[in-house]
Amino acid sequence: MRRSNTQRSVRRTGAILASVACAALVLSACGGSDSTASDLNPDADLTQQSLTVSNWAGYYPEDMAAKFEEAVGAPMTITNHATNEEIMAKLTAGGDSGIDVAFVSGQFAQALNEAGLIETLNPEFIPNLSNLYPEAQNLAYDPGNKFSVPYAWGTSGICYRSDLIEEPTSWNAILEPSADSKGKVTALATERWLMLPAQKALGFSANTTDEAEMEQVKAKLIAAKPNLLAYDDTTFYSRLVSGEANAVVAWDGWCNYGTAENADIKFTIPSEGSDLWADTMVILKTSKNKEAAHAYINYILDPANHAWVAENILYKVPNKGAMDAVGAGLAATYPNMGMTPAELLKGESLVDLGEAGPLYTKIATEVTSS
Amino acid sequence: MSIPTPTSGRGAARRRALIGRTVFAAPGLIYITIFMTIPILLVLVYSFFQRGRFGGIVWEFTLENYVRAFEPVYLQVFSNSLVIAGTTTVLALLIGYPTAYAIAKLPTRWRTVALVLVVLPFWTNFLIRTYAWIILLNSEGPINSSLMDVGIISAPIGFLYTPGAVIVGLVYAYLPLVILPVYASIERLDRQLIEAAGNLGASRARAFFDVTLPLTLPGVMIGAIFVFVPSLGNFVIPELLGGGKTVMVGNLIRDQFLEARDWPFGAVLALFVITLLVVLFALQAAISRRINGTGKRVSGRA
Amino acid sequence: MAVHKIGWLRVPLVATYAFLYIPIAVLVVMSFNASKNPFTWTGFSTKWYSALFDNELIRQGFINTMIVAIGATILATILGTLLAIGVARYFRSAVVEAYSLAPAIIPDLVLAIGLLAFFALIGVTLSLFSVLLAHVVFGMAFVSAVVIARIGQTDSSLEEASRDLGASATTTFFRITLPSLAPGIIAGALLVFTLSLDEFVVAYFTDGPSTPTLPIVIYSMVRFGVTPEINALAALLLLVSFTIVISAQRITRLTDAV
Repeated sequence: MRRSNTQRSVRRTGAILASVACAALVLSACGGSDSTASDLNPDADLTQQSLTVSNWAGYYPEDMAAKFEEAVGAPMTITNHATNEEIMAKLTAGGDSGIDVAFVSGQFAQALNEAGLIETLNPEFIPNLSNLYPEAQNLAYDPGNKFSVPYAWGTSGICYRSDLIEEPTSWNAILEPSADSKGKVTALATERWLMLPAQKALGFSANTTDEAEMEQVKAKLIAAKPNLLAYDDTTFYSRLVSGEANAVVAWDGWCNYGTAENADIKFTIPSEGSDLWADTMVILKTSKNKEAAHAYINYILDPANHAWVAENILYKVPNKGAMDAVGAGLAATYPNMGMTPAELLKGESLVDLGEAGPLYTKIATEVTSS
Repeated sequence: MSIPTPTSGRGAARRRALIGRTVFAAPGLIYITIFMTIPILLVLVYSFFQRGRFGGIVWEFTLENYVRAFEPVYLQVFSNSLVIAGTTTVLALLIGYPTAYAIAKLPTRWRTVALVLVVLPFWTNFLIRTYAWIILLNSEGPINSSLMDVGIISAPIGFLYTPGAVIVGLVYAYLPLVILPVYASIERLDRQLIEAAGNLGASRARAFFDVTLPLTLPGVMIGAIFVFVPSLGNFVIPELLGGGKTVMVGNLIRDQFLEARDWPFGAVLALFVITLLVVLFALQAAISRRINGTGKRVSGRA
Repeated sequence: MAVHKIGWLRVPLVATYAFLYIPIAVLVVMSFNASKNPFTWTGFSTKWYSALFDNELIRQGFINTMIVAIGATILATILGTLLAIGVARYFRSAVVEAYSLAPAIIPDLVLAIGLLAFFALIGVTLSLFSVLLAHVVFGMAFVSAVVIARIGQTDSSLEEASRDLGASATTTFFRITLPSLAPGIIAGALLVFTLSLDEFVVAYFTDGPSTPTLPIVIYSMVRFGVTPEINALAALLLLVSFTIVISAQRITRLTDAV
């Protein structure tokens, strides 16, 4: 069929427009590899952005999704992950995980950022950032909170039954338990916190990558295994309640769940020192709902909301307004809620280990299968 | 439109066979090849390459994953797993064989019901069945409470978080899979052989050990494989019932793929499980051929 | 033929049934326990069952599982039936038959990691769809097994007669072959459905993080300890599975009599 001149020129114009569009896409793709979320739309209709959030089970108030939707308009779905490693595997598997906001511990946020998987945050969309304690704005894994915002923070220690044993003063209460505690102690199972008690007991850094030091850590942990009841990240406080265990390695907030059921359960930080961990919120680059994601982070950082979180999950939140409001009240029942940021900073901030990651994994396997 | 095809003769039969194979079997066979064979071959391939920094694959050929698999820590896990899976299998057979035999002796109309009742738990959620044992074996659970009520013990026994608990959980999960094949081979037994043994003066016990047991060996071996291999690859039960202290091959594999993200190493471990499976099946087939061969000659049945 | 009485074998038989069913019974009984602590009985209550319906995560899990199970059942039944006919009638090879049953025998962990690697390689994003594809591959093997067994029981002379009388291959297939295989096909379909409903390991590896299936939800809950809601959920799932399997079994038996 012969084409008329008109048709030909239309087609040519179309082709030119198409190539211009393609060039524009290519250019924006080139320029956007270091996406700084400056292309967020302030007038985006949040009710059209359905947010999917992955968090630990029980680490948020039950009506979180409902209240957020009420306040901001964006529908929210919350799914759970049991460990940092689990969500890391899903996020690094390639492709779109379907998750917009993930809750991961600080050192993992650092790793995600180095892998280029998370957004650099746009502070203009998170005005409530100013509510964070100054100490929480400069944590070692992400100074300035460029790609992560702390949601809860705290330290690790020993959670114990004060009516059954004396207050432990050293990590060796778990690693080399007394006769009363043999077979009645548990340790945390995830790598970093599995190593922590031995690292501190031996006087090493919780971020050490020195192989000789880690060999000693390994030996100490292997020696400790026969006296353990179990490696337990999730049910250790109920063992204290039931009396199966009388001293367990625990995160401070988690110990409060035990205290809630049995007032004799107390938390203590061993004399050798401990860590400073922070669980943070990050936004995935693959998210199609970045405005709603920023809105969510901002929503959490509102002092009233963050206080509501703290009251629900019984962990300290790095929000000055929130802690000023509810800290004192909670601290009456749960003393570790009264820890000040200054006290927290005595703990060693956990950071990503980089190339030494697999070393820790290998040692963890060797310890748990010994 | 319609190809004129003769409806009889060898050519027609061959053409029918070809159409039959293409229309019927091909879709399924292709699907299996895409979604089972290729993935497993992929696992084999991955075992020869390296892990990237954040997981993923770096395409540099290496045998270091295989070398690593032989390090003492992993050999320890392998041998642990073999011991636990082996114990599980033996226990399952000890429980399953008499049960299968008993069912075979039931009046015919009861047998189907009996078999269905045995198999029913297998078709339910295996997590739930494991969870039931967490409740039962707990130090506050029914077993400890009843033992204490009756006065046999004064303090709860720590059943949970031991290799024993893992074994109990595994036996519970896979017992139905033993009973079925064992039952099938007992049921196919030619009773006349046993009667003949009796007539020749053998006691019931001797008849059992010298006639019944050897003839049912193929079924027993299948049942054993159906328990042994899944037990090896199980990671849920060692985790939930073993308190994280019993690390089996399944846990290691799962960790490599979902936590440590070291896929090549996980691939090597998985190959170990597959190889074992293939070897065991080959063994079973060989033994079965020998035994059925003997059976053929004696009873004249095909 | 003298059938020896079951005699003392009754003991192991009863013991085995007790072993198999006591844990289940305990679960069911505990699901009606009014107390939050599953180890102390404080009275009869169905509140945990109603709590289930309010639990958003469980509801999501249930919907996701249904999507996968129904989809997988449809695909697996079609593919598996066709495969069974093809293998039994047109390939008289033990090797091909073994190949068609292989997905059911492969350890689920191995299949799971293989599929994870495969999906990652070809760039399939993990989601309910990837779980569905995975469930079809072993579901199909189960349907195949059941239908092949059924083919062994049926008489192919009816089909030959139909063709001799001039019916086309298609007519024969739809009017004779399929109906005679129907009990096997239905039983196979029900079995795949149940398998998919309860399947954990493969789903755990091939599911997307934002769309957990019910077994995955249960796993996350169980790791946090024993709660009455899990008991209630467990009891319900047991009921569903039991019903399905017994129906499958009765369908096969009923039409045998016919």
